[in-house]
Amino acid sequence: MTMKTVFEKTTGLTDNQTHYCPGCTHGIIHRMVGEVLEEMGILEDTVGVASVGCSVLSYEYFNCDMTQAAHGRAPAVATGIKRVLPDRFVFTYQGDGDLASIGIAEAVHAAARGENITVIFVNNAIYGMTGGQMAPTTLVGQKTATTPFGRDGSIQGLPIRVSEMLSTLDGTAYIERVSTHDVPNIVKAKKAIRKAFETQKQGLGFSMVEILSSCPTNWGLDPNESLDWIKDNMVPAYPLGVYKDSQKGGVR
Amino acid sequence: MGKVLMKGNEVIAEAAVHAGCKYFFGYPITPQSELVAYMVRRLPEVGGLFLQAESEVAAINMVYGAAGTGVRVMTSSSSPGFSLKQEGISYLVGAELPALIVNVVRGGPGLGNIQPAQSDYFQVTKGGGHGDYHTPVLAPSTLQEIIDLTEAAFDIADQYRTPVILLGDGMLGQMMEPVEFKELTERDPEQKEWATTGTRGDGKPRIISSLELNADALEKRNELLQEKFAMIKQNEVRYDTFETEDADYIVTAYGTAARIAMNAINKARKDGLKIGMIRPITLWPFPEQPFIETRDRVKGYLSVEMSAGQMVEDVRLAVEGRAPVSFFGRTGGVVPTQEEIYDQIIKLAGGVEV
Repeated sequence: MTMKTVFEKTTGLTDNQTHYCPGCTHGIIHRMVGEVLEEMGILEDTVGVASVGCSVLSYEYFNCDMTQAAHGRAPAVATGIKRVLPDRFVFTYQGDGDLASIGIAEAVHAAARGENITVIFVNNAIYGMTGGQMAPTTLVGQKTATTPFGRDGSIQGLPIRVSEMLSTLDGTAYIERVSTHDVPNIVKAKKAIRKAFETQKQGLGFSMVEILSSCPTNWGLDPNESLDWIKDNMVPAYPLGVYKDSQKGGVR
Repeated sequence: MGKVLMKGNEVIAEAAVHAGCKYFFGYPITPQSELVAYMVRRLPEVGGLFLQAESEVAAINMVYGAAGTGVRVMTSSSSPGFSLKQEGISYLVGAELPALIVNVVRGGPGLGNIQPAQSDYFQVTKGGGHGDYHTPVLAPSTLQEIIDLTEAAFDIADQYRTPVILLGDGMLGQMMEPVEFKELTERDPEQKEWATTGTRGDGKPRIISSLELNADALEKRNELLQEKFAMIKQNEVRYDTFETEDADYIVTAYGTAARIAMNAINKARKDGLKIGMIRPITLWPFPEQPFIETRDRVKGYLSVEMSAGQMVEDVRLAVEGRAPVSFFGRTGGVVPTQEEIYDQIIKLAGGVEV
């Protein structure tokens, strides 16, 4: 009897063991990005940019050339790489603290310039690495280390919806928000990642996939409860869907 | 090619093009804006690229990304903007990436003004950003010298995989002088095996990073960086001396201050005073040798700076208390005059015999 291989690890990822907490969906997102790079046959033409935060070590996990950027500066670093090497694929992998807070200017301006790069934006509504502080994407009422009584909009301000905001810029070519809380959504997420890289391949401009992700450790929930929390709390606040597709025109 | 009359900021830009730099990421700030404006027009002519960033922070991080691909890349700024670049410079050092960063210094602290100053000496020579590091700093005093030092800066950056700072001031940036460039020849870009350009069938992926979570490993990395700094200290010191052999007193100054001090020294020499000069060209590594050679036979040193006294600390370290070191400086963007410096020399030398 011959055994048929029905599932293999993607060559888009290295054999390194990841450091992510149990139940965190970074692992799923990493794999989807790796699979897309492998399936498109572009691993050897790709330079990835790791950010600061939980994904700081992602340069150890993606099986392509990688550069580690300072907190929030990944889109600027990616700009520098892509402007020198316009025929390579350049992506950043950033969390919400990195992209939506300290690096919001770099993200907005890379998008406004229509930099032909792809941003993988992982939104788990909290700072993970530094110990569960409020992020710009923290929901109103959400308890974090720096909003122990729940985020109060009148004191800490209101959440930023990054996909909606960037989709208003003329330089953006493709922006979609997806989620990782169940299998159908994970399948959609991978399609969105592929679409974003295809957008870059066609030279259409800035593409971003915002991926709603879990943080069991800092949310104080078990992995299953965390997935429910994404569905019940994050999805209503951050509606899923395509926000910008320049090939189809218009904003959602 | 013959001599051309050019503005200092433009000389830096053209010198960079001559040195094979094709990428510039910058943000406008006075008094170096002509450099930016020159590059916008010039780089496309050599197949290069200019990009105006949204901030100095973004600009230096674009430089970081481009440097990681192995090309010659630069940015320029002036004092408040240079402060913003310190984050990226620390990362460039940590990740061992070569780049040229120009600082055309203006008066500070804070927003200060747009007049020439040398008050960023501490910032550029003592690290400036976080962590244990130094960057080589080259300080030209004439526009012709800018041409040589810009090329040298790129060479040092590539050789040691380090950011290098070219330090000018508002006077050098804004003044015009005739300069002569060598014929521009196309250079073959250097292939760098560490550069992240996509593996393209060329073995395992490469990583550019300054992160090292393990303390022992980070200490080891720091030790390697320190070894590199020691090599730079050994190999890259540059300075100029003028009539130090018979000097009773030695004036030391760099950049614009050195030019003005030179006129005062010439006048003092005519008046019969034996005054010499040591002009540091590299501010880091600081040229200790000419001080070591003279400190046991001169009566004293005078450090002249367009600051409240910053380089004078390095002069004192080099002199090691073997001779008195005095200081004269103007701050706030005020340029010292030849007469003022002459008066200081006379004071130091105890007057002129009549």
